[in-house]
Amino acid sequence: MKKLMMSAAAFAMALGVAAASADAEAKTKACWVYVGSIGDFGWTYEHNQGRLAVEKELGDKVETVYVENVAEADSERAIERLARDGCNIIFTTSFGFMEPTLKVAAKFPDVKFEHATGYKTAENVTTYNAKFHEGRYVIGQIAAKMSKTGTAGYIVSFPIPEVIAGINAFMLGAQSVNPDFKVKIVWANTWYDPGKEADAAKVLFSQGADIIVQHTDSTAPLQVAEEQGKQGFGQASDMIKFAPKAQLTAIVDHWAPYYVRRVNDVINGTWKSQSSWDGMAEGTVQIAPFTNMPDDVAKMAGETAEAIKTGKLHPFTGPITKQDGTVVGEAGKPLPDGDILGMNWYVKGVDDKLPQ
Amino acid sequence: MDMMIAVILTIMTAATPLLLAALGELVVERSGVLNLGVEGMMVMGAVCGFGAALMTGSPWLGLFASIAAGMFMSLLFGFLTLSLVSNQVATGLALTLLGLGLSGQIGESFVGQPGVKLPNYDGFDPLIPFAILLAWGVSWFLFKTKAGLVVRAVGNSHASAHAMGYHVIRVRYLCVLFGGACAGLAGGYLSLVYTPQWIENMTSGRGWIALALVVFASWRPWRTVAGAYLFGAISILAFTVQTFAWGIPSQFLSMLPYLVTIIALVVISGNRMLTRANTPACLGQPFVPDR
Repeated sequence: MKKLMMSAAAFAMALGVAAASADAEAKTKACWVYVGSIGDFGWTYEHNQGRLAVEKELGDKVETVYVENVAEADSERAIERLARDGCNIIFTTSFGFMEPTLKVAAKFPDVKFEHATGYKTAENVTTYNAKFHEGRYVIGQIAAKMSKTGTAGYIVSFPIPEVIAGINAFMLGAQSVNPDFKVKIVWANTWYDPGKEADAAKVLFSQGADIIVQHTDSTAPLQVAEEQGKQGFGQASDMIKFAPKAQLTAIVDHWAPYYVRRVNDVINGTWKSQSSWDGMAEGTVQIAPFTNMPDDVAKMAGETAEAIKTGKLHPFTGPITKQDGTVVGEAGKPLPDGDILGMNWYVKGVDDKLPQ
Repeated sequence: MDMMIAVILTIMTAATPLLLAALGELVVERSGVLNLGVEGMMVMGAVCGFGAALMTGSPWLGLFASIAAGMFMSLLFGFLTLSLVSNQVATGLALTLLGLGLSGQIGESFVGQPGVKLPNYDGFDPLIPFAILLAWGVSWFLFKTKAGLVVRAVGNSHASAHAMGYHVIRVRYLCVLFGGACAGLAGGYLSLVYTPQWIENMTSGRGWIALALVVFASWRPWRTVAGAYLFGAISILAFTVQTFAWGIPSQFLSMLPYLVTIIALVVISGNRMLTRANTPACLGQPFVPDR
């Protein structure tokens, strides 16, 4: 493993060349480009855990390299450098890396590229994403069972489809248990600011919520819940250490199986371009152990998770009533993937106006 | 009633780190030095405080480590700008970049570890009154003591102060160190009180807000208190308004604390004469004693 600290891109790039030329043997070289730092304990941290799993599972057969804190505007240079340095497969892990990835991929037809959360593929470019909303349906049910006030507080980052689908899946889950369940939404307008997230949690608790849900990346809201004797859910990572009495469960991004499979495909020469959207069934979205809840709630949540895994239950099964009263989806059939990937409306019962 | 208390406490904890860092920078700028490295000193204070508390189990030792880390960073800044007379703006910016990078490196093994929390009384922690007390102390020092007069003299006209026989560089070193200690403590407040954890870049720009507060408070300690609390209050109220779902765009509400604080402080400091009287005339100017 070569660690490239990237505070100044050019400096790190120079380091990268030096480090990579050391052993250019027959090993397959897998490379990652991260938008954040591996120390964020959120999005990038989990991608890096996936990289470490590749190292562990495939051992001598691979060599891995990563570059962190790559600004989206500067990513083309970083990706191209890795491609020149002999990477066989390059994972670019931010939505904003989409166009740069495609550009570089066109110049290096022999290198495989994998772009996370995007929607454009090419002969040597695959996209991959995860169905995080499946986990949110499960925690919605738990929240509705566990809340005494019948109100959850929901801290969100930005109004993009993934986040909105998450809110909707959470509410559909909650409404399946308690049709009158309420959710109060606070937009923090950041993915990552522990102080702001903690403030938002405190405000939501003071407004009558007793369960906190977050679609931002730090552990701060859960810590507030722990201190105030309230409950909540972990995000991206299992955060039980931060809130041993407050965390009910966590939605964990688990990229390891996907990364191991794809790197293995490169080693075996079976890699093909695709667009992959894995969920709980494939193990990319995992649910942390159920804690701090009665057995019957844990049992119900476990059964729901199992039903989603086996495909018996789909969080967005029609008909679904939107906030404005219109109905979408055919009875008994799940919404098409495209509708979920581009979701820009709330389901009925969400007490918020969608930012436009 | 309980809700009111909860809201007020939240405002206080949001304002305290800004206030601590701003008061330190206020003294630095009063002595004529512009240190733009507040963010870097703060984030180093956060990581060192967190680490020390984690290793010793004592959040109080953690706070001391925060102060020490901030002072170390400011000493570096002092050496470069005061002894080697490098450009203050560039050095300050470099200090921020250095702090952000170095803290990430130091804190690599702290990520994902629950921290040690400073004891508090129902959310009221001892640093909240301390920050207010510090504002009083800074105000008293600057305007009621001879040493404070010397600091202001050095900031207003370093050549005259030098001619009077005061050691300009030494005074500035001491002020820069005080500023580092305050910024470090503010960082420690983040990682030990506000959100007891370490993650990279957890200061999220608070050092810059503190810097802006100093200018908009026209280098007056009590106005800095007002500015910090106003900023804290509006950010918390913005979240509260969102929970009412009135449909006010959240982006506008996120912007509000900055907007209101700037407008309020511009109005307070509308008196040009007063502002001019308070602005350190030698701010950012290097000083090389001729002998």
